[in-house]
Amino acid sequence: MIRIVGLHKSFGLNRVLQGLNLKIEHGETLVVIGQSGSGKSVLIKHLIGLLKPDKGEIFIDGVEITRMKDDELRKITRKFGMLFQGAALFDSMTVAQNVGFGLERYTGYPAEKIEKLVKESLAKVGLQGVEGLMPHELSGGMKKRVGLARAIAYKPEIILYDEPSTGIDPIRADAINDLINMMKKELKVTSVVITHDMVSSYKVADRMAMLYEGRIIEVGNPEEIKSSKNPVVQQFIHGKAEGPIENW
Amino acid sequence: MPLSENMHVLLIWSIVLLKLKMFHRVRPSFFSLFFEQLGELGLLSFKTFKNIFKKPWEKKIFIQQLEEVGVRSFPVVSLTAAFVGLVFGLQTYVGFHRYVGPGSEAYGGPIISLGLSKEFIPILVGLMVSGRVGSAMAAEIGTMKITEQIDALFSLGADPNRYLVVPRMLACFIMLPCLTLYGDILGIGAGYFYNVFIMGVNRFIYLKNTLLYLELWDVISGLIKAAAFGIIIAIIGCWQGLRAEGGAEGVGRATTRAVVYSSISILLVNFFLSKVLPTRLG
Ligand SMILES: Nc1ncnc2c1ncn2[C@@H]1O[C@H](COP(=O)(O)OP(=O)(O)OP(=O)(O)O)[C@@H](O)[C@H]1O
Ligand SMILES: [Mg+2]
Repeated sequence: MIRIVGLHKSFGLNRVLQGLNLKIEHGETLVVIGQSGSGKSVLIKHLIGLLKPDKGEIFIDGVEITRMKDDELRKITRKFGMLFQGAALFDSMTVAQNVGFGLERYTGYPAEKIEKLVKESLAKVGLQGVEGLMPHELSGGMKKRVGLARAIAYKPEIILYDEPSTGIDPIRADAINDLINMMKKELKVTSVVITHDMVSSYKVADRMAMLYEGRIIEVGNPEEIKSSKNPVVQQFIHGKAEGPIENW
Repeated sequence: MPLSENMHVLLIWSIVLLKLKMFHRVRPSFFSLFFEQLGELGLLSFKTFKNIFKKPWEKKIFIQQLEEVGVRSFPVVSLTAAFVGLVFGLQTYVGFHRYVGPGSEAYGGPIISLGLSKEFIPILVGLMVSGRVGSAMAAEIGTMKITEQIDALFSLGADPNRYLVVPRMLACFIMLPCLTLYGDILGIGAGYFYNVFIMGVNRFIYLKNTLLYLELWDVISGLIKAAAFGIIIAIIGCWQGLRAEGGAEGVGRATTRAVVYSSISILLVNFFLSKVLPTRLG
């Protein structure tokens, strides 16, 4: 279980998170929605210790992580798989080396086993025969899927998806929704999904949370979110230009 | 009011607001910035030295870096050392010929070897490698930084410092003395070649003087300097890469800074090392 208490984070004068509270239950899929630039990526980077908050605490399975040293944090990051918004593939390594990177470090399996698991993960995201390619030889959507394969390869308990379907064609995007649901069902993973795609939100979410002005202003299952009385939420999920959210 | 007029007002206001936001930022003074960066650099060095002894060792990257820093720098070091040896031999010949008189040129040998092995070759190798390798480190690590690859390393269980900085520093620490030793031999050889083969200086006296007055310590102190330059090049290159921000422009800036800062540091540190290291042992 993940518990975030009173998280504050600023970059210079830009106050991104302002006292954010959120609880993520074991085995659930939580979708985080919010405007571009509202701090969704910043939020999930805090969960694995990539960013340190100015104030506030984060408990992963009861352990506070924001004041941990890097060496201790490594035990925590083992639990997480993260798909970065820009895929963040290592561009000096092949696809197979990318996907095998976490496996090698976290599991120490022999090379043949890693090779097999790499193939499996790639197959899960619908990629075959790309092991030897370099990242610059892949299309944008393929990169994203390799990033996803890399995040799930070592079977983490918690997976953070930063816009998994952005830049991917609708059919593959739906396949990724199925993959997220499958991971939940078969491996009981906890997932945090950031997305701008309402249709896929409703499809994968157990609960949804809306981030606005540095706080979570509404949490609930998709039905509750759809029928929310908060005008900000209503404007956002229906994608209206007019409303309380300023568009500039 | 027609729409176009409204747009005008909006545009002007947004520009005014942007400007205000820019000037609102507190500008740190030059000195506080300088010390902040110095602190950052010190911290990075400290962390890197501490991490040298921690497992796991990144053998693959270390070997890759040995090749990158060492083997691939051979051509540029060869060229530099040979030509510096030649011109230094040339001017020493001219000097002796003019001020001490014909026949004394054979005494140039020890001066050439001393000057080359203690100062010129270590400095020039340091500067050349900082241009070739330090810049590449800043560019590579800077690109990784802005594309979140460093974050990805961390999320996949690799300590970015141990994975990126330690192997690079060790490679430079080992390879710079090797390159310098090679440069010494080549440079001294070139000086000999110029004096003996081109100007017809007596080979036996030239050699005898060189061997008589050049001490092992002269060469070794040059190698010690080179090792220090290696650390400087790697740490500054990695530091600049790790603090790169923004896009391609940020990486470009980091690259330039890596070369400028490490070149200046090499020249400064060289002076102090020349001062501190004893001129001879015993
Ligand atoms: N490393 C950083 N340094 C400075 N500012 C940052 C940094 N990372 C994020 N920000 C700022 O924090 C804010 C939130 O960024 P974030 O990337 O979390 O947005 P987001 O909600 O993920 O948006 P999007 O949906 O477009 O990905 C932005 O204003 C951004 O400029
Ligand atoms: Mg984002």
